[in-house]
Amino acid sequence: MLSAPILVSAIVNGLLTGSIYALVALGLTLIYGVLHIINFAHGALLSAALFAAFFAYQKAGIDPYLAVLVLAPAFFGLGYALQRLVIGPAARGEERAMLLVTLGMAVLIENALLYAFRADTRTIDLPYAFKSVDLVFTFVAVPRLISFAVVFVVALVLWLIMTRTDTGKAIRAVAKERLGAELSGINVTHIYAMTFGLGTACVAIAACLLIPTYYVNPSAGNAFVLIAFTIVVLGGMGSVPGALIGGLVIGVVESLGGFFFGESLGQAGIFLIFIAVLLVRPRGLFGASA
Amino acid sequence: MRAYLPIVIVVAALAAVPLFVQSNVVLNFLIVALMIALAGQGWNILGGYGGQYSFGHAAFFGTGAYTTAILQVHYEVNAWLGFLAGIAAGAVAGGIIGGLTFRAGLRSSYFALVTLAFAEVLRIFASVAPITGAGVGLLIKLDLHAQAFQFRSRAVFYLIILALVAASLIIAQTLERSRFGAWLVAVRENEDAAMALGVNATAVKVAAMTISGAITAAAGCFYVQYFLFVDAPIGYGAWISIEALLTPIIGGAGTVFGALIGALAVKSIGEGAKFLTGDIPGLDLMTFGAVLVLVIAFAPRGLAGALMDGRDWLARRFVPLRKPAEGTTHG
Amino acid sequence: MAKFHARLSRRRFLASAAIGAAAASSGTIAGPSLLRAQGASVKLGLLHPVTGALSYSGQQGRIGATMAVDEINAAGGIKALGGAKIDPVLGDAQSTPAGGTAEVEKMNAAEVSCVIGGYASSICLAASQAAARYELPYVVDVGVADSIVTRGLKNTFRFGPGFGVIANTALENLTLINDQAGKPAKTVMIVHEDSLFGSGLAKLLNAQLPAKGFQILETIPHPTPTRDFNNVVLKIKAQAPDLVIPANYYNEYVLLARTMLEQHVRPKAIYSVLGGAASSYKFVREFPEAAKYIMDCNHWFNPKSAKALELKKTVEDKGQFYTYELYMNYTAVMLVADALEHAASADRAKLTAALENSTFSGRIMPYGPTKFVNGQNQGAAPVNTQVLDNDIKAILPPEFANAKVVFPMPA
Repeated sequence: MLSAPILVSAIVNGLLTGSIYALVALGLTLIYGVLHIINFAHGALLSAALFAAFFAYQKAGIDPYLAVLVLAPAFFGLGYALQRLVIGPAARGEERAMLLVTLGMAVLIENALLYAFRADTRTIDLPYAFKSVDLVFTFVAVPRLISFAVVFVVALVLWLIMTRTDTGKAIRAVAKERLGAELSGINVTHIYAMTFGLGTACVAIAACLLIPTYYVNPSAGNAFVLIAFTIVVLGGMGSVPGALIGGLVIGVVESLGGFFFGESLGQAGIFLIFIAVLLVRPRGLFGASA
Repeated sequence: MRAYLPIVIVVAALAAVPLFVQSNVVLNFLIVALMIALAGQGWNILGGYGGQYSFGHAAFFGTGAYTTAILQVHYEVNAWLGFLAGIAAGAVAGGIIGGLTFRAGLRSSYFALVTLAFAEVLRIFASVAPITGAGVGLLIKLDLHAQAFQFRSRAVFYLIILALVAASLIIAQTLERSRFGAWLVAVRENEDAAMALGVNATAVKVAAMTISGAITAAAGCFYVQYFLFVDAPIGYGAWISIEALLTPIIGGAGTVFGALIGALAVKSIGEGAKFLTGDIPGLDLMTFGAVLVLVIAFAPRGLAGALMDGRDWLARRFVPLRKPAEGTTHG
Repeated sequence: MAKFHARLSRRRFLASAAIGAAAASSGTIAGPSLLRAQGASVKLGLLHPVTGALSYSGQQGRIGATMAVDEINAAGGIKALGGAKIDPVLGDAQSTPAGGTAEVEKMNAAEVSCVIGGYASSICLAASQAAARYELPYVVDVGVADSIVTRGLKNTFRFGPGFGVIANTALENLTLINDQAGKPAKTVMIVHEDSLFGSGLAKLLNAQLPAKGFQILETIPHPTPTRDFNNVVLKIKAQAPDLVIPANYYNEYVLLARTMLEQHVRPKAIYSVLGGAASSYKFVREFPEAAKYIMDCNHWFNPKSAKALELKKTVEDKGQFYTYELYMNYTAVMLVADALEHAASADRAKLTAALENSTFSGRIMPYGPTKFVNGQNQGAAPVNTQVLDNDIKAILPPEFANAKVVFPMPA
């Protein structure tokens, strides 16, 4: 049964899924690279964004792919505000406190969603959700192809922001040498919030890409974020190309692992890889030296 | 001996509760709160005193719970022995996970992530392995006899969990006054400096995680004896990792009574929110999240710390020549 | 400093105890006075996981249970008790066994005559055990684990079918459907979630299907949640089984069915057991294409009962989905009300005895005659449903069927 076409299909599938992982991980790694914290609220924010995309379609009839144009800026603003008004002031720059604040926010957001929308699972039924492209050996759903392409566009835009804009340069400066950046007149508080905003915007885009083929409930985002943690570690915390490649790699590993060892152990396998990488090479496979 | 007096007073006062309160509702509430306090005290040893923030203490809670249950269900081991074995298994798990992670030099976000991953791996394995009852979980037979560690009266369970909490308070108090405790706090405050002074930071952290694992596992063992049931989401679920971390942080990380104060506060807030608003889904947990953020923002040393600050403030006001207290500063 | 700790903890403790006591007294103190005021009323504890992970199911269950209470009260209460009204004591199990246990304690303190609900097997197990301490009758609404009624607890009753009965019926029905169609299906693939019921079911199917003439090509377990079913569907596609048997929860079921449609995988039938979505009006409404012709062996109401259809209309007029949690809780409350009539007493021991000897007709459920053995209703049975014409129809057993099975699926 393990004919080449199936293997290729599994790999293609892994790449498609992996691209979404990569996008979620991109936001996470960006925040880590600059603020040096794992944002535990990332999953809850993804759930919130999924709800936003869901209601944009359900109530206003906005196609999820168009909703990106509204939700990405909106979540950028949300992320900016959270860092500037909540995380920053509450944690006072103490790393462990920041971790806890993001954890507290995760609990708060997830349960606020539960309070507002209850626990039932919702899905949208787009007219083109089941359209698929015949690649001879496999069918690929159109929405998944679109999301694959969009992820690379987002990565490109992010790269342009980081390299071509003043803000991007400032972000990189702060990531590299916080004190020095501060001395040269960069407003670190502002840059922190900008980074958190960008990371949150990535989550909003991921949500818009996911909702056509996925579902939403208050804890839907968590499943992606545990994987994203793995990717961020694998790709080297703070490394944007690492997150992109790591996402694709993990997508394929998960797909093939699930294929050969079953889905249950496939997921455990990801965490075992994760632990092994942390223990043996905490800087990640692609990470630059600290 | 004087240092232990507060523990004696608090425990004696709590032990007197069943004399005045017959309501099983209140007792059940206190039993669950004390169980969380115990789990939290485990976290407190490593996180509060040692500054190593684990996000996966479920690994120990579940190991304790499953060990106790598996020994009874599959091997017909006496429940009391199973209980002790569960605590021992928690200590071993703490030693192994601590040994692996601290040797690799993981700190801060990395340590938080790796502990989370360990708990997740255990959860996945527990939900597929036959010995843990896979997804069905393990059910201990109802047998209300003292030799089976089951009691008809809630009051007996209450006194048992109180005794366990008392033991954990004594451990923390002893730790505070010991050389080992001083090393642990030194590692928390500045690991490099501590090592420069000759403290073997890795060994100290691994030892702390072993003690920590044993204490949190005891809470898991108790859970199983009290509810007679465990499955993967209960034993290794994120809920207990979060509660074990939440309670000492809210109560006051790195203080003897922090976890106890935090557990009673958190559980009271939960009940209070429910009482005031009825069954509104998510509201009580929303409150926890908000309280966590607020405590970190306004009382970084927890409720215990805030009250100590209040006392110091009063002391400064009325006894102007008193030297400022040297509180533990971190958070 | 140390002294201060002690004072602080004590005060904290007293404050928290006060809140606990206040919560309790809302039942204990207010309870009896209410009893006196109304002349007579019977308190029933309605326990559901209305918050937490299971809150959707719990809320559906609560709706069903309270609808039954309202209906009984509107019709004049419990006649054998002089028209005593039922006074529901609502409890939230918070989707955990510990939460369920805490609520049973409160309900006991509030002097309820019986506790109804639980929903999840784990909650039912813990809560019924807590109730057993007080010889308080406990009626399980849904919880299908067989261990609920095999522990020898005298107080625990289940009106609905347990897992073993459902699985065996499913097996028989499947064989029957295939035989009647001239055995077009020979090969099977099973896709199951790796926990609660999925693994048990897979085991049972693997043991029994070969004897019934089916060849099992592969059994694929997956965890909950699983984000992506493309791999699973690829495997199905590669082996092209005649039958696909999924056993998983709603979200995974939806993803699986959608992915099969995406990948143009069309077996001769999709036959699920306690299928998360196959007997869900919500799924049928949201994904009519993916749901078409799917069969399921699950809890279901009697489509020939006028009462059941009347209830369905009431529920749907309120904008709710008519889910099994809802009508099973409705029925559980009706069962207890019937037992109260027979016991002519709200006394726990008498009510337990009345439940043991209950011959309640069930009205809206497609069950055989009620007879409790060790707390399990022997008449309880699942129904085989199929999604036909954008609706869910009962196809087996014949006495409750309102449509003919379509098998194999038309191309």
